[in-house]
Amino acid sequence: MSVRRLAKDQPPSFAFSAEATEQAQGWVAKFPQGRAQSAVIPVLWLVQKQEGWVPEPALRVVAELLAMPVIRVLEIVTFYTMFQLSPVGTVAHVQLCGTTPCMLRGANALKTVLDQRIGHRGPASPDGRFSWEEVECMGACANAPMVAINDYYYEDLTVESLNGLLDELAGGKTPPPGSSIGRTGCAPQGGPLSLTDPALYDGSRAKTSKLPNAPEKVGAL
Amino acid sequence: MIGMLEDKDRIFTNLYGLHDWRLEGAKARGVWNGTVEMLSYSPEWVCDQIKASGLRGRGGAGFATGLKWTFMPKQESERPHYLVVNADESEPGTCKDREIMRGDPHRLIEGCLVAAYAIRAHDCFIYIRGEYVLERERLEAALLEAYAAKLIGKDNIHGWDCNIRVTHGGGAYICGDEMALLESLEGKKGQPRLKPPFPAGAGVYGCPTTVNNVESIAVAPEILRRGAEWFAGFGRPKNTGTKLMSASGHVNKPCVVEEAMSIPLRQLIDEHFGGVRGGWGNLKAVIPGGSSVRMIPAEEAEVALMDFDDLAARKSGLGTAAMIVMDKDCDIVAAIARLSYFYKHESCGQCTPCREGTGWMWRIMERMVTGEAEPKEIDMLLDVASQVEGHTICGLGDAAAWPIQGLFRHFRPEIEARIANYRSRRANFAGATLIAAE
Ligand SMILES: Cc1cc2nc3c(=O)[nH]c(=O)nc-3n(C[C@H](O)[C@H](O)[C@H](O)COP(=O)(O)O)c2cc1C
Ligand code: SF4
Ligand code: FES
Repeated sequence: MSVRRLAKDQPPSFAFSAEATEQAQGWVAKFPQGRAQSAVIPVLWLVQKQEGWVPEPALRVVAELLAMPVIRVLEIVTFYTMFQLSPVGTVAHVQLCGTTPCMLRGANALKTVLDQRIGHRGPASPDGRFSWEEVECMGACANAPMVAINDYYYEDLTVESLNGLLDELAGGKTPPPGSSIGRTGCAPQGGPLSLTDPALYDGSRAKTSKLPNAPEKVGAL
Repeated sequence: MIGMLEDKDRIFTNLYGLHDWRLEGAKARGVWNGTVEMLSYSPEWVCDQIKASGLRGRGGAGFATGLKWTFMPKQESERPHYLVVNADESEPGTCKDREIMRGDPHRLIEGCLVAAYAIRAHDCFIYIRGEYVLERERLEAALLEAYAAKLIGKDNIHGWDCNIRVTHGGGAYICGDEMALLESLEGKKGQPRLKPPFPAGAGVYGCPTTVNNVESIAVAPEILRRGAEWFAGFGRPKNTGTKLMSASGHVNKPCVVEEAMSIPLRQLIDEHFGGVRGGWGNLKAVIPGGSSVRMIPAEEAEVALMDFDDLAARKSGLGTAAMIVMDKDCDIVAAIARLSYFYKHESCGQCTPCREGTGWMWRIMERMVTGEAEPKEIDMLLDVASQVEGHTICGLGDAAAWPIQGLFRHFRPEIEARIANYRSRRANFAGATLIAAE
């Protein structure tokens, strides 16, 4: 378990933008009548998208919207580690995966880069533009080591390529996500060794034929 | 040919995202082909076919998928049935469901329809981990296409109303456990429920529910299309089919690949993953199934098969078939200590053995890394591990104990030597005992 608490400094109020209100209602509509609480994680995520973090007054707004006690919303934001309980970098919040598969491929060296360039993990850098934290496995281990920057994954990193990414971000650019060594997705470096048969992609698989093992009596419903 | 499986027998033909993931492209690769006919037969027929294929759950536990589906009530009642797809994928090492969702989302959607029909559900939720933002956007776009083409939804061309929705988590590994996932889906903290009742009796909103992994669901239509015996033709008995496997860590070419079950582990590493860094002789150990199983040392990895039964016989497990490879140049104790930190971080805190035990195990493991632990702490650590194992509500407790047990089972003398070495460098090591008392 990790202990997570709300930040001391909080804004006086929170209100959803018109667009976010609509999206929040869309989430509520996905669930059965009377189950609005099911939308709590996605709706809090909308708060975070709007504000960059989840301020305390938002908990009350969300609780009211979903007709649930505020304490239950507080439980959610402190339990689920994706919710930022204090402000993060305005240009970039870097989440570095430090779990074993990434560690085995050099995540610790990337930590040093972030420590030096952004500062010790935790609050944002003095100018408020960058922040970083270490997170647990992000589910991209075949492309380790990796970071997520503002939601998208940057993979197969080295000290140099991470430095390059930070330079681009500092210069106001948004580098394209994905592998930094030119791999496509999770394919092996140098190109796929399987899925190379052209017959897979010539449309022959779309030709209809009867299913094998069809039952004797058709339409036994 | 490399590996054991021919391209023609691969199910996930857009694993690498080199082709169009949209509906057009998916259809050209054979998705949604024959689905109308599948749903013209009875749900029992679907379940029987999946049973005959030998498909075992791809989420880690390996429970027979067809059998699980038959646990659902045979009649719909006023309590609707739910299909919940577990797309939480957070097991360290594992990154296969992600490739299905971004490369072949329609295969998963087709699978949802077929599985929902088999368990007589009109409602399906796909619960995807919150960090997979791109994957979620992809899946939602594909769902919109499927709704627009009337492949799913109300009054669709398949004649079985099926409402499929995506929702997401908030970065908690524990929500991969199906009982925690159900809690999270209801908008609560992801603290696993006690079983029984099992989901088929009372799952989400107290209604009959089936929870399956993304891969288990996504392969189902292809099994019906090609026949159960086709799928059952790969792998050893009780370990059949094709399976997404992957490697991370110290191989030359980490990647994900679809292979036949029961492929020799060494062949998989040598042919698909470019071999071990520094050659096979440089291999130290492999954790074959994501992080939550015991490791096997190089001598056993040489002869192991990638299937449930072979790896279980080696006191390890197939898990998610996402192997973590460690070579002789790495500090294997530090690698396991980092996993201990992971489990400590991800424990939901509900049961005392896990909440306290994972912290204990991690702190002792950190001292094992430096060597400042006391020799007797090894047995203490193994004792704590065995007290956590099997004494918790969910499998996270076991998962935290197993990597440590695996380490000491195979490399205990090395750690003893490390401790002895640490002490020989210090005339007075009383300080170590003080820390140990923490
Ligand atoms: C701590 C823990 C984490 C788990 N994480 C996942 C996961 O990320 N994805 C998954 O499919 N199953 C996960 N499982 C297994 C699920 O509980 C469940 O067995 C599985 O989703 C069933 O699907 P299957 O029968 O298709 O494999 C996890 C189990 C535990 C105990
Ligand atoms: S074993 Fe750990 S993660 Fe699972 S319910 Fe108990 S405290 Fe929570
Ligand atoms: S360990 Fe870093 S993405 Fe899995």
